[in-house]
Amino acid sequence: MFEQYVEKPARWLEADGAEAAVVVSSRVRLARNIAGHQYPDRADSDVHCRVKEFIQEALNSSGLLDEGTLYESETVSELDRSFLIERHLVSPEFMRAKTNRAIYISKDESVSIMINEEDHLRIQSFRSGLEIKSAMENAEKIDSELGEKLEYDYTNDFGFLTSCPTNIGTGLRASALIHLPGLVLTNEIDAVISQITKLGLAVRGFYGEGTDVLGNLFQISNQTTLGRNEEDIIGSLEEVSRQLIGHEDNARTTLIRDAGEEIKDKIWRAYGILKHARVLSSDEAMNLLSAVRLGVAMGILDMLPMRLVNEIMLLIQPAHLQKLINEQLSPSERDSKRAKLVRHKFADRTLE
Amino acid sequence: MKKLCEDCNEREAVIHLTQIIDNKKKVLNLCSRCAEKRGFHNPLKNVPFPLGDFLASMVVKAYPEGLDEDVQLTCSGCGLKFREFAQTGRVGCGKCYEAFRDQIDDLLRKVHGSNRHTGKLPSGSSEKMEPLKKQRRLQDELRQAVETEDFEHAAEIRDRIKELTADEH
Ligand SMILES: [Zn+2]
Ligand SMILES: [Zn+2]
Repeated sequence: MFEQYVEKPARWLEADGAEAAVVVSSRVRLARNIAGHQYPDRADSDVHCRVKEFIQEALNSSGLLDEGTLYESETVSELDRSFLIERHLVSPEFMRAKTNRAIYISKDESVSIMINEEDHLRIQSFRSGLEIKSAMENAEKIDSELGEKLEYDYTNDFGFLTSCPTNIGTGLRASALIHLPGLVLTNEIDAVISQITKLGLAVRGFYGEGTDVLGNLFQISNQTTLGRNEEDIIGSLEEVSRQLIGHEDNARTTLIRDAGEEIKDKIWRAYGILKHARVLSSDEAMNLLSAVRLGVAMGILDMLPMRLVNEIMLLIQPAHLQKLINEQLSPSERDSKRAKLVRHKFADRTLE
Repeated sequence: MKKLCEDCNEREAVIHLTQIIDNKKKVLNLCSRCAEKRGFHNPLKNVPFPLGDFLASMVVKAYPEGLDEDVQLTCSGCGLKFREFAQTGRVGCGKCYEAFRDQIDDLLRKVHGSNRHTGKLPSGSSEKMEPLKKQRRLQDELRQAVETEDFEHAAEIRDRIKELTADEH
């Protein structure tokens, strides 16, 4: 399953949006529930099925089913679950329970809709680069279309009702995935992160839930969903993202000015290792790719397209690697297959 | 060299905000007090996490005599007990927000810094939605009247909202 996706990079990695040198992607998520029905954690499987049918019908009559596919969770294998998580199409939470859930994915992967996750409905919209507004417009369009068919749980006081009170109101979680190697190298990252959290935003690593920072990629998102309207939430996330880009640009300028040779050496060495290594763990590869990404953004490795670096960052993740190779791999086999894949990806490019 | 806050010129600037104004980058240096005045404050500063612990501590405070006998609140929609909600931090259905309203109101204020929705309404045009839309329009009007200190108009709108909620019951 999902073979059609494996070979091409996810839409949000195309590096064709605004500020793509620093911001990898933007994402917006809207949480909704259907009135008169218990929420997924509390509901029995009859309710799950009814909810799923309602939503399926709404997807169908809004024409969304023509533009994508609905997958029942029962039909998605363990490997494919991890694969979808790596592509950010579903949350790790969505994949924990195996039955009565479904996931809609649009053909270009710019939209995914989780059914019966923590809430009945979670609409996600993705964009490459710093394009939070455009991601929001797309999510709102789908939300409106589905809202014509479904009666959402909503009150004027509390807004859209959600399973967890931390999502209530707008049900909106907007985030930007930002590459900050400059701030990490100049040791300014801790101060910047504490400043961001003071502004009421959350900072996480590449894969949302955990705090592990892979490849100097940080995800920033709004914490609060009630008491401010959608434009406000999106606007302040965008503003803070722009401030972050400013800080990161400053750090990169400082690095080149004060330690130009060392930085260039670090970047070229990273590229050299990626092009020739025979064994690469996922962590090592992510760190080296982060340096290469910085090199591409600063015009030091100007023969490499940003899209390629973004793509490799995704392809080297365990489930992607496994699906690409199409056979069961032990961890050590995985590390050598990973090195081989990276060598091929970079070799292809330099020959072109 | 220490920079002074650009707003008060008194205290040391500890927050440096890079702003983009007319495509030009500008750094604003502020002390924490002036930054807060400009709205750069963190409503979550004093919220203990995880949410579950926070809720549980609220229950204990509200019902000090002991949990099992006193926390009798139960949602009529899904049968969830407030005690269960306090443990998981998840409601069971939309009606839970009515059943535990007093407790949740307080929680929302602490978590979000607000307990009122100001964002968009559902797009649907069902019978249930129409009075909600009308009420919401009036609430927005009321907020504006209060902001512009048009208290006569505000009183009028308040009466109309009262009528509307009376019709519902
Ligand atoms: Zn000051
Ligand atoms: Zn309930």
